[in-house]
Amino acid sequence: MADFPAPERTPLTEPYWAALQEGRLTFQRCQQCRHAWLPPRGECPECLEADWAWEQASGAGRLVSWVIYHRAFHDWFRDLVPYNVAIVELEEGPRLISSVLPPGPARIDQKLALEIGAVAGMNVPRFRCIAE
Amino acid sequence: MVIAGIGQTEYGRHPGRDTLSLNVEACRKALSDAGIAKCAVDGLLVKVPTSRYEAMYGQKLAEAMRLQPRVGGVWDQGGAAPISMISFACMAIEAGQCEVAIVALADNPKTGTRQAYEKGWGDDAVHGWFGVAAGYGMILQRHMQAYGTRPEQLGAIAIACRNNGARNPHAQLRKPLTMDDYMASPMIVEPLRRDDICLVSDGASAVVVMREDRARQLGVATPVPILGYGQAHTSWDVALRPDLTSTAARQSAKTAFAMAGLAPADIDVAQIYDCYTVAVLMTLEDYGFCAKGQSGRFVEAGGIELGGTLPINTSGGLLSETGLPGLQMVIEGVRQMRGSSCNQVADARRCLVSNQGGMMTTHATMILGR
Ligand SMILES: [Zn+2]
Repeated sequence: MADFPAPERTPLTEPYWAALQEGRLTFQRCQQCRHAWLPPRGECPECLEADWAWEQASGAGRLVSWVIYHRAFHDWFRDLVPYNVAIVELEEGPRLISSVLPPGPARIDQKLALEIGAVAGMNVPRFRCIAE
Repeated sequence: MVIAGIGQTEYGRHPGRDTLSLNVEACRKALSDAGIAKCAVDGLLVKVPTSRYEAMYGQKLAEAMRLQPRVGGVWDQGGAAPISMISFACMAIEAGQCEVAIVALADNPKTGTRQAYEKGWGDDAVHGWFGVAAGYGMILQRHMQAYGTRPEQLGAIAIACRNNGARNPHAQLRKPLTMDDYMASPMIVEPLRRDDICLVSDGASAVVVMREDRARQLGVATPVPILGYGQAHTSWDVALRPDLTSTAARQSAKTAFAMAGLAPADIDVAQIYDCYTVAVLMTLEDYGFCAKGQSGRFVEAGGIELGGTLPINTSGGLLSETGLPGLQMVIEGVRQMRGSSCNQVADARRCLVSNQGGMMTTHATMILGR
């Protein structure tokens, strides 16, 4: 089997992955204009200042959209098809690519709750649909 | 400003030929079509081949044609590049920076590598987030959910393009498609089926751009006027767009229509970039040919077929003529305005062409007249 496509851990992204390994999903918030974002960047994409801090996400989010892979584009995922990939918007604003746990996504804008879990021995953020 | 000449290779497989060779063939044919000599050319703008980026590619092509252009280089906007490059050629000519420009592109993913279209998206690859198709799938899923868009409506787009391509002797795929075929086509990245996805092609296309008076002076036989153009671009990552079902196509068309002094109702025929069927839905809506959410109904009612209110992709589009990134659609627009298309729309006086790249990341629009 092909190697898992592990993230490239850089000084910028290391705190994000390290927090996940401790069970926390974090995002960056600008200390100048309060804008919040993911994925990790060196400067605030709103005011362009480099004055930001990591903040822990509540874990509440909503489903923006999703797809279901019926074909693996990478060998490591060959035995996992069909699997879903979702765009999730956290209640604090940042968006991320993630996936929805069984029974999977049903409709756009449904409420989601964070459920961090291990894939190939490393924690990644995943979400579960919650009743409204 | 006019398009004075058009040229293309055959589309499909060109084993053993590099992109410089394909580009030179298309440029030679475009010059021959314009009826002008190579020595008149002093501008050369080239789209970098998607399947193999290389530095200074524009000057490599200039060297292969023994040209020393006053304006030259490569453009990196994916499938929006062809119209963008024609726009920049027009602006350079108007600014007195050059007089006659060639705009060209070539690629060979069919016999080379298609890896560029299937790679992982950075650290998000941990979730299995790979390939360009999935981004379009995200847009389509949201559109289907928000507006009730159905698979049969996407099928209507694939069928219209494939039927047009079946009548184009130079199309790579000349097999018509039925709704049963479409619905039986396997899911690749749901909700996208195989038949929603463009071809993979080797080949090249080129056009020659100059002022109208220069074309007259050089004795160009059938110059086609450029009435307007525009472009607009959005975030690289599809997930970060505030509204997935509203794209840069809107601003791009607004600029082009304003420049031409025209509105959607003035357009007789269109070449709409169909790398994925959903791109056609989004473009029809964002261009104002139908209201947001109504494109499914518009295509299902036959609006885009020959004889409809807006026939599209009359040479087959990316789904049938060639999957090359977009200059072939400008070439078909020129043929429509010359009256020489394989699926000629009677009395067509204005043709709109859309180009777009990435996951609807970049967009460019052009309106041609006669
Ligand atoms: Zn800020």
